Amino acid sequence: MEQLRFEYPAGEPASRRVLVGVVGSGDLEVMIEPGESGKTSIDVTTSVNGYARVWDAQLTRAFSAEARAAMRIRIHDFGATPGVVGMRLAEAFEALDEGKEQA
Amino acid sequence: MSRTALLSRESFVELGARARAQVLLDAGSSRELAGPFDRLTSPWLERQGVVPQGDDGVVVAKGTIDGHSSVVLAIEGAFQGGSLGEVGGAKIAGALELAAEDNRQGIPTRAVILFETGGVRLQEANLGLATIAEIHSAIVDLRRYQPVIGVIAGQVGCFGGMSIAAGLCSDLVVTREARLGLNGPAVIEQEAGIGEYDSRDRPFIWGFTGGEQRIATGQADRFVDDDSAVIRGVVAELIATPARSAYRSERYAEYLRRLAEYDARHQPTPETVRQIFGDKS
Repeated sequence: MEQLRFEYPAGEPASRRVLVGVVGSGDLEVMIEPGESGKTSIDVTTSVNGYARVWDAQLTRAFSAEARAAMRIRIHDFGATPGVVGMRLAEAFEALDEGKEQA
Repeated sequence: MSRTALLSRESFVELGARARAQVLLDAGSSRELAGPFDRLTSPWLERQGVVPQGDDGVVVAKGTIDGHSSVVLAIEGAFQGGSLGEVGGAKIAGALELAAEDNRQGIPTRAVILFETGGVRLQEANLGLATIAEIHSAIVDLRRYQPVIGVIAGQVGCFGGMSIAAGLCSDLVVTREARLGLNGPAVIEQEAGIGEYDSRDRPFIWGFTGGEQRIATGQADRFVDDDSAVIRGVVAELIATPARSAYRSERYAEYLRRLAEYDARHQPTPETVRQIFGDKS
């Protein structure tokens, strides 16, 4: 198990909380809460060691693609592939935009 | 089930714990208690190198079912095999205890437990066992006032101490995919030997512990298709009936007598078990 932290510049705080996914085999849970204005922090707890560079590359790409609201994100990963991570993040952003509070 | 019926239904088995709770509760009535953002995660898993989940694998949702005040306790089978640790177990026990307290205050709160569990979480050992014991006594307390409905949909099934919890429920609803047993198949194989119990022989395993068999042997009450609307309908019907006056769990002496009559020198088949426990009463 490994714990990683990432930070990215962001806009205004997100408007709501969102939860998607499950900490099941090959899957992950993404929990989003409104963050401090101007900054998004991501705390990743992953069952697989040694993939900090892959997480860095994928999250950097996801958060530099477009300007996003400021969030405090927690990710609990149970061996998801980068493809699954990308889909769960997209699902979470979509839920955030749709205004569907899931918890 | 015909092909059209199969395609038009919404599977319950395929839903996660949170979605299952939402399906059962009246639209717009549901409110999650002790939820994933309340930081009630297991304090033990990370220390042992296991990734935790925000809600510790248990969803507590309060709301109404056909207008009746109810609390739904859904276990997430995908997280650690639905195992119950200190936090998740305490969420279930605490919710049941509060529901009983509601009843004593004149508020008729019912409970539905969605079992999807291998039993106690081994990483949390005695803390998990203690909380399962609390769940047992809370079910027995609450069922005096209002029904406590258990549902085993599958595919994890319901094993270990939580199979006792299922046995204590006022009514138990099972699907064909459900399994109910005190010990899981792999554990029995390890103890009894593969010659006696092959955990990879699926027809054999379901033959003994599957939903159909549990109905035929009187250890479950309602057999349902894996269809969200059907399961919701059955749960709503059961929850609206008054609390039972007699329970399966009180008939243990009779079950023991039937078991004692069996000659254990012969390996039983699912059919033998139906003859022993099939409803003769």
